Amino acid sequence: MQRIGVFVCWCGTNIAGTVDVKAVAEALSHEPGVVFSTDYQYMCSQAGQDIIKNAIHEHKLTGVVVCSCSPRMHETTFRKTVAAAGLNPYMLEIANIREQCSWVHKEMPTGTAKAIILGKAAVAKVNLNAPLTPGETPVTKRALVIGGGIAGIQTALDIADAGFKVDIVEKQPTIGGKMAQLDKTFPTLDCAACILTPKMVDAGQHENIKIYSYSEVTDVKGFVGNFDVTIKKKARYVREDLCTGCGLCTEKCPQKKVPNEFNLGMDNRRAIYIPFAQAVPKIATIDPNWCTMLKTGKCGVCSKVCTAGAIDYNAKDEYIEEKYGAIVVATGYNPISMDQFDEFAYSQSKDVITSLELERLMNAAGPTGGTLLRPSDGEHPHTIVLVQCVGSRCSECGKGKEYCSKICCMYTAKHAMLIRDKYPDTEVYVFYIDVRTPGKNFDEFYRRAVEEYGVHYIKGMVGKVSPEGKKLKVQASDLLDNKQLHIDADLVVLAAAIEPDKSARPLATMLTASMDTNDFFTEAHPKLRPVESPTAGVFLSGTCQGPKDIPETVSQAGAAASKVIGLLVKDKLTGNPCVAHSDELMCNGCSSCEKVCPYGAITYIDKEFRMPDRTTRIRRVASVNPAVCQGCGACTVACPSGAMDLMGFKNSQIMAEVDAICK
Amino acid sequence: MQEITREQLIAKAKELLDKGTVNRVLGWKRGEFDWDITPALFESAEELDRDFVWNDFCGANFSKYLIAETKKQPPVTDKPVLVFLKPCDTYSFNQLLTEHRFERDKVYAVGIPCSGMADINKIRDVADGVVSVKSEGENLVVETLYDGTKTLPFADMLAERCAVCKSKKHVAYDELLGEDGELLDSNRFDEVEKLERMTPDERFAFWQNELSRCIRCNACRDVCPACTCEKCVFDNPQSGVENKAAANSFEEKMFHIIRAFHVAGRCTDCGECSRVCPQHIPLHLLNRKFIKDINSFYGDYQAGAEVGSRAPLVDYTTDDLEPSEATKWEDTNA
Repeated sequence: MQRIGVFVCWCGTNIAGTVDVKAVAEALSHEPGVVFSTDYQYMCSQAGQDIIKNAIHEHKLTGVVVCSCSPRMHETTFRKTVAAAGLNPYMLEIANIREQCSWVHKEMPTGTAKAIILGKAAVAKVNLNAPLTPGETPVTKRALVIGGGIAGIQTALDIADAGFKVDIVEKQPTIGGKMAQLDKTFPTLDCAACILTPKMVDAGQHENIKIYSYSEVTDVKGFVGNFDVTIKKKARYVREDLCTGCGLCTEKCPQKKVPNEFNLGMDNRRAIYIPFAQAVPKIATIDPNWCTMLKTGKCGVCSKVCTAGAIDYNAKDEYIEEKYGAIVVATGYNPISMDQFDEFAYSQSKDVITSLELERLMNAAGPTGGTLLRPSDGEHPHTIVLVQCVGSRCSECGKGKEYCSKICCMYTAKHAMLIRDKYPDTEVYVFYIDVRTPGKNFDEFYRRAVEEYGVHYIKGMVGKVSPEGKKLKVQASDLLDNKQLHIDADLVVLAAAIEPDKSARPLATMLTASMDTNDFFTEAHPKLRPVESPTAGVFLSGTCQGPKDIPETVSQAGAAASKVIGLLVKDKLTGNPCVAHSDELMCNGCSSCEKVCPYGAITYIDKEFRMPDRTTRIRRVASVNPAVCQGCGACTVACPSGAMDLMGFKNSQIMAEVDAICK
Repeated sequence: MQEITREQLIAKAKELLDKGTVNRVLGWKRGEFDWDITPALFESAEELDRDFVWNDFCGANFSKYLIAETKKQPPVTDKPVLVFLKPCDTYSFNQLLTEHRFERDKVYAVGIPCSGMADINKIRDVADGVVSVKSEGENLVVETLYDGTKTLPFADMLAERCAVCKSKKHVAYDELLGEDGELLDSNRFDEVEKLERMTPDERFAFWQNELSRCIRCNACRDVCPACTCEKCVFDNPQSGVENKAAANSFEEKMFHIIRAFHVAGRCTDCGECSRVCPQHIPLHLLNRKFIKDINSFYGDYQAGAEVGSRAPLVDYTTDDLEPSEATKWEDTNA
């Protein structure tokens, strides 16, 4: 029989405000096995922890229940406390009477009753707890960064500078991401390429960084410190070791009608292409969807002009397997599709564009060489309407996103300011719900757009854009003046909401990392662990975690890198002893558990058993590698005979908890 | 009327015994009546001649018997055991191989064609006091105590599982007697659809009525080729469900529901559970509902169609239906 101590925390008034802590301590003192029960204002404080330690000595406790906040908050703290008093740390259970009780109940009687039930469940579990000892695993000192935008580049550079090997996997033929497509950056208006491309070059030349461009992660196995990752290098039909990036092939290729994705389809590229002049790696890529040679077997111009002999039409996708200790997700964002927003006539008129398209139209390397021209007729637009929150903060409309995309207020102000600066004869109208400018020098920037550059900011939403002749008839409401506006615009720019890249969802599945309903990766703790995913060894960098601007992305990228470095400097990691265990006497060797194990932790061995009739029998039984097992428990439910059990979360323990709750 | 005769089977068994290919034969043994046939092990030509039987009631699926048979101590297992497998039995055979329940080389499987098996209960429904049932062409000639001699069409007396047979094709064998058949486009899910069309209350009442007759004899479990655990949870005091069986009517139902979940994704729909149920509970419908759902959620899957195939329930692909979508599907199709 266990000798259990119960310690009920007030958490100031966080718990004591809605839970009668004394009544909880009193009620739990009568539970089976409980020999000591008390309450204290802050159990996690030094004084609170001393109460636990002293009670363990005084009452010869063998198990401890702390009724406090979520185990995610202080389980580690209290495990250390009981270990310091000589108990096995896994003889501790936390009853979460804060997040799951006092914070969600308003009335003292309901809160108290529920806290008692949660406490009883924890006591019932501790009665069945057994001491557990963790094992150790080595750490592979190499990091993987998935995504080569500014977030991925910054993370990789920081890790590499600390002396660790880093691989960047980028699905496009070049790193650079969205930032490479931007013209100027707010609030300083320095050119995006001027500050990004040196970093791209640094990453490309760093001795510790290897870039897998035009590649994708297709499989992730293993666990923190020991990930086994399969990377698919898509066939680019150009040998990376030979191509010098001279670009001759991209000039001679006869297939000229390929929409150029770097300029968002506003001009064309060839079937063999280098996305932009500063691409890293600067290697040509053949687009198999457009290459005449690959499709019909007739052409071969690029191969003829290539003096390096780098063209290889027979190239195949390559699969590379590599081991990593840590993985950083930096998959970034995309503007949402405008298909659902037909009221803005995006699909009807070429002169209704998204803000990212405007970036390209204003960029010196863009389709118009940096002169702002209407896409339809190449004329200078004189009246421009910028529409904010297209698809953002759109909870009822059902076609957009509930969240604020965060960057649109600032880049819209930037666009308005740049247009007025370059083309003072242009009238610029900005329609907004709110203007949100928190950030260093952000509000000053916006005020400058309004006050110095004379941009017309109108609170209200555009209801309809209809193309009429060369004009775009814009119907809008001015909410402050309470009137309807009709503007004949030459160009309408939509600040489309941003959403996580589509590759994020399948990647999260591979990584067993969690996501929110908007497909943004979830942090381990929104405030205290913002760059870690709840999956150990997986870190988050940039907009894959939530909308953010460049300075914020770069700081998060650095933070993720520091977490990775902190992991990679360790030689060994202490494992989790709450791993699966197979009862060989019950195991029938059916392989169900092996099939569901996401970590490949289960193997089968033929083992000799003594039978009751003194014969021996060789049976196939499951065997769990505790260093690889992550304790997810999938095997315990797949096992038809109940031979698989999770240490620390045995079926009997869980059932005891349920029984205690239902009693 | 079966395509193949008892004599052919005995001849094949004797030949293999003589050649030394096998040293024993799993077959059907005559009982008191034509229909109460028992699985049995035959070790000699004499035993075969005396007791071996093959008629329209040889429904027993031998696949599961192979587990115990192949685990016997040498010298018994020095040579393979001969087993006769009907097409539907071969699915269980493969499923057991997938689950590593016996070693393939310890078995010599002879596939035999099957025209479906008769259901004595269907015959009893129309003939009072049956004493013998003989096959004559397309008919069964039934001698009775009270109704005289009756001639019944064989097709009408087929067991439900045979009337909606999914396959006349063998998916595993070392040797085939007679011609192999084809996969059948059976309408075996019709009965399940009937249940799905019921309101939840009607369905609950239906199952309550059926399962209330359960006497917990465990025959369904003991015969089931998917129930092959070293120690069944219902026999294991540690499992927490073992003593709950039959304590009250709710727990009685839970036995069948737990069992249906345990065999979900592994059940080949052989229908043995319903055949052996002394209370005539249509237990196979529970399993068939799972099979139907798995097919609609994850694409058509037949357990046992091939050895080592990855069952949808213990396999994951990124294309898999999200559980929330499955629930929606249920709602719209309920």
